[in-house]
Amino acid sequence: MSPFHVPSEAIILERIQESPNIFTLRLQFADNTQAFKFMPGQFNMLYLYGVGEVAISIVSDPLDDHFFAHTIRVVGRTTEGLSKLKARDCVGIRGPFGRGWPMLEAEGKDLLLVTGGLGCAPLVSVIEYIMRRREQFAHVDILQGVKHADDMIWRKRYAQWAQAPDVNVLLTADLPDHVNWPGDLKGNVVQLFKRLDLRPDNSLAMLCGPELMMKAAITELQQHNMSDDNIWLSLERNMHCGIGQCGHCQMGEKFVCKDGPVFAYPEISANFHLDSI
Amino acid sequence: MSDIDGQTQDRQIPDKAVFLPLAQFQQFLELVQQRYKIIGPVVKDEAIQYQPINDIHALTRGIRVEQNPGQYSLEASDNNLFFAWSNGAQALKPLLFSPKESLWQAQRDEQGRLGFVALTAKPTATAVIGVRACDLAALALQDQHFLEKAQPDPQYQARRQALFLIGVDCTHPANTCFCAATHDGPALQTGFDIALSELAEGFLLRPGSRQGRALLAQLDLAPATATQQKTATQAIQRAADMQQRCLPEDNSHQQLYNQAEHPHWQAIAERCLACGNCTMVCPTCFCYSAHTETALDGGNATQVRQWDSCFSHGHSNLHGHPVRADIKSRYRQWLSHKLTGWLEQFGKSGCVGCGRCITWCPVGIDLTAEAQHLTQPGESV
Repeated sequence: MSPFHVPSEAIILERIQESPNIFTLRLQFADNTQAFKFMPGQFNMLYLYGVGEVAISIVSDPLDDHFFAHTIRVVGRTTEGLSKLKARDCVGIRGPFGRGWPMLEAEGKDLLLVTGGLGCAPLVSVIEYIMRRREQFAHVDILQGVKHADDMIWRKRYAQWAQAPDVNVLLTADLPDHVNWPGDLKGNVVQLFKRLDLRPDNSLAMLCGPELMMKAAITELQQHNMSDDNIWLSLERNMHCGIGQCGHCQMGEKFVCKDGPVFAYPEISANFHLDSI
Repeated sequence: MSDIDGQTQDRQIPDKAVFLPLAQFQQFLELVQQRYKIIGPVVKDEAIQYQPINDIHALTRGIRVEQNPGQYSLEASDNNLFFAWSNGAQALKPLLFSPKESLWQAQRDEQGRLGFVALTAKPTATAVIGVRACDLAALALQDQHFLEKAQPDPQYQARRQALFLIGVDCTHPANTCFCAATHDGPALQTGFDIALSELAEGFLLRPGSRQGRALLAQLDLAPATATQQKTATQAIQRAADMQQRCLPEDNSHQQLYNQAEHPHWQAIAERCLACGNCTMVCPTCFCYSAHTETALDGGNATQVRQWDSCFSHGHSNLHGHPVRADIKSRYRQWLSHKLTGWLEQFGKSGCVGCGRCITWCPVGIDLTAEAQHLTQPGESV
């Protein structure tokens, strides 16, 4: 049975409530004899019994190859059902799918990690990956913007990352002035770029979050003389199959699930600016 | 059962055609029937449909088809030929990529543990007679999509391996056909096990695979005469010459993404009903959605896939909202993907010139005319 066509049973080891509507499931395959190999940025199809499947990125580190984790926001029927599961409940898993972040290309470079909203989930796996292999990468800037204070999950982790050598963490919330926000800054995440000391020749940017944010970030990076080849982004589309077959995830001529979800900007730049593409 | 490697080799040394007199047509069908269930063109619900048949009398005969944008009707023909008609709404696609089918089943026990079982199709060996060149071209694209990848689709693969294809050169295209312009027809080129050319007095037969050759070897048939071959070739040439429609000759439709802001998309959207008929009849469209059907007692749940259309509201849903919310963006997705996106994805256009999307569009939108408009400079609306 192909693990890409038919799910395998996985058991929830732990359920963590991250915010009022965001939670994390730590999982293990019921048949745990084989290592589960994946790269940061890849995703699984999670199956909730009797309800259906949903594509969710993997947030854990590939070194933990007998456990894996998904951080999920409640947006629909399936994610709401998944949110009601608890430890020792079971789900089905197909995957891993897609192409992850360019971790080999990133080695030795300054990294600029820009996220918005729950966009942090696909990038958290990268941040964890970098922190566990800190010596392989140069300076790291982590920019996280959220729309609601409730979306600012993992504050402790951000605080820990900020303590690591040569790591700069900037958190911002796009909130009206009167709203109390314990983070560093207010405003759009892209406005933080002016606080950076970018070395465009030796930097690689990874973007994840709402497309409008990523479009603004790309424009800003181009103004900072970043080459398009060094701008990478993770896209989201409707996904039913995970193997470039059902057609739902197409953006231009790309199957986001199979050719992405992580793309180098030149791969999608011809169509990315279009509305409703 | 088509053997793609076998066909490639076969094409290098084309077999000479043999002649099957009309009186032996039933015998030929019976020979096929010894190994395969036969599916062939019949008249059903006032249209030509591919259905199981047992003898030649079930086949279409003396029928012609009138097709125009938004129109399809059967007429009596002025001859008594079996295949003197143009294609109906469907041919091979539903036989391989089922409109609705189960993929796998989940079972839950009392402890809440889950088990998963693949529900792979177990098809009987099937021969399809009367397949046109456009549909074989479409089949080659569907093969590429469902099979030529690291993880071939098990359902499609099982049915494909059980399929034996008897094609027929198309001699009576519809007004909506343009396979000559896309270079996919009207003559059969590749992808068949046996090719037929229909003449008044019988058929010319030539094999396209090892299996086809083995089957023909069981019939003691004389080689086709030069006159017969010439008559068959002329009929194909006439069929090509009759076709009026074409895609832009400069291939500018292969860069439709560059025309994404063209005002004509809005003009099409004002006529398009977003009904999805074009995608249902298109022999290359491959979109499907998956959903869960749960048993009434809750003891098992089956994952089912069903044809979907990029014209449906939910097709591009992301977090509960469609990425392509209006008809303009959905038609743009369909046509740009079909004529341009396919080239990068599969190395070939997704349009094989069958004209079905023109005929079966309730408002008669003609993709060849729209492609011409969209590749001309637009006037702002």
